[in-house]
Amino acid sequence: MSRRLFPNAVALIVALVVAFPIYWMVLSALKPAGEIQSASPVPWTLHPTLSSFQRVLQVNDFGRYFINSLIVALAVVALSGLVAFLAAVALTRFRFRFRTTLLVLFLIAQMVPIEALTIPLFFLVRDLGALNTLFSLILVHFAFTLPLAVWMLRGFVAAIPDEIEEAAQLDGASRWQILWRILFPLVAPGLAATSVFSFITAWNDFLFARTFIISATENQTLPMALLVFFKPDENDWGGIMAASVLMTVPVLIFFLLVQRRLVSGLAGAVKD
Amino acid sequence: MTAIDAGPAVAGRARTRKGRQLAPLWMLLPAAAVLVPLFVYPIYQLGLLSVLDFRQAQVSGGQPTRFVGLDNYAELMSAPKFWSVLWATVLFAAGCVVVTLAVGAALAVLLTKVSRWAGYALSLAAMAAWAAPAMTGSTVWMFLFDTNLGLVNRVLGWEGHNWTYQRFSAFALVGAVVVWHSFPFVMVTLYAGIKALPEQVLEAAQLDGAGPWRSFWSVTVPMLRPVIAIVVIQSIIWDFKIFTQIYVMTNGGGIAGQNLTLNVYAYQQAFASSEYGLGSAIGVVMMLILLAVTLVYLRMLRRSGEPL
Repeated sequence: MSRRLFPNAVALIVALVVAFPIYWMVLSALKPAGEIQSASPVPWTLHPTLSSFQRVLQVNDFGRYFINSLIVALAVVALSGLVAFLAAVALTRFRFRFRTTLLVLFLIAQMVPIEALTIPLFFLVRDLGALNTLFSLILVHFAFTLPLAVWMLRGFVAAIPDEIEEAAQLDGASRWQILWRILFPLVAPGLAATSVFSFITAWNDFLFARTFIISATENQTLPMALLVFFKPDENDWGGIMAASVLMTVPVLIFFLLVQRRLVSGLAGAVKD
Repeated sequence: MTAIDAGPAVAGRARTRKGRQLAPLWMLLPAAAVLVPLFVYPIYQLGLLSVLDFRQAQVSGGQPTRFVGLDNYAELMSAPKFWSVLWATVLFAAGCVVVTLAVGAALAVLLTKVSRWAGYALSLAAMAAWAAPAMTGSTVWMFLFDTNLGLVNRVLGWEGHNWTYQRFSAFALVGAVVVWHSFPFVMVTLYAGIKALPEQVLEAAQLDGAGPWRSFWSVTVPMLRPVIAIVVIQSIIWDFKIFTQIYVMTNGGGIAGQNLTLNVYAYQQAFASSEYGLGSAIGVVMMLILLAVTLVYLRMLRRSGEPL
């Protein structure tokens, strides 16, 4: 017991330091304006209020941006999960020429600095007439999340024993039925893991929202909308923190729910 | 009877074999339909734009697009600004990678030595930092280090001190946020790697008289090499591409662009100065650097003998 006293103390202190910014964010979102301005800030509040949240949601129409972000992220999760599933099955269940080449290409694609592609993608989206639409964001994140999703799902598909498929085939199941009725439910845990990554990529994106959504502010997503509270004279920190809480909570919930699968998915993805 | 039956059976098998050959094709088709126009083509376009004279006049069609060869690159290379940004990017990324790995590795080892509840507390805190979006991480840290209302200045009694005013302290502040966001991945991955090590090996080392320090460096680290390679490469790739934190925390690259990194520099050249050709050239430079890192990674993967 005493041997563990010191490591335990260190771990606890580190945990407190690491969690502190999150705590401060939630606390500041709940503090009344006077306490945020106060010269001697205290790490608690005796007068919690939802007024910052009210301001953010009612005056700044943050609910709309929240929905926009949600639409983009969920569309990306659904599309990229589906397409990645098909590609992962093709790459694990079949032997064909260029299979290894394709796999390596998927790996390389993950390393491509997508930020560098902002310029050509801007012109592409402009030529499609899709600037200022949520569709443009769905489209680019669909493409960006696909390589990692394929790479991660591959491990989950490979873990399903061939015999299950063979048995189904003997029972007269068509290829289509095997794919959707048997393989798809079995890789569902893997899809949960990949969907976190797709969700977070789309949810967190600041760069493409900034580049593509130029004038149609009603189609803005959360990361850009947050910047509204930064003013040249004085920032509305209560509002910024309330908006940040609203933006963080969905990811946090999602993350904690699939945390275990996430780690195993990552381990699978990086292992082979 | 067998002779009659053989016909359809053989034909059926041939059909399935053909179907088996075509199946992966149509299953890969949707992925190709997305990746070719939105990934491969833009990469080609980026290269193309980088050898063109492409500014506002060309975008609006007022002037014809002109092929200028490597002029954009020559202009970049001759500009002291480019070299200073390149160096800043490399040093900033290297600093973030080193600190992230050191913190992540130290905490992974710590996790193996603590009680269940302490490990749980640390993991939970790390998960929260990991999950926090780059944008909100930036805003919270900006608030903590705010000039007038920030907790840090209040506690230190440094009211009025602006952390983003100086180049180094601005980079350090952004770096702290980056490390806060990315050490959990390193910690969790390394911890999983350590846990997966066979215990007998470490016990054997102990029996042979190796102290904890010695057995860590001579047994644990070499056995963890594949996992370490992964977290190193991933960290390099992530930290080299940091955009949101720099852009938001230093307000677009700092005073007089003192906190620009390649990423933000390319963006500013293209979208703030309408120098799309020049911005694309910076993008190509970035792409080449990361391609080199990726090739090293692939070589290591191959060498470790993992089948693809």
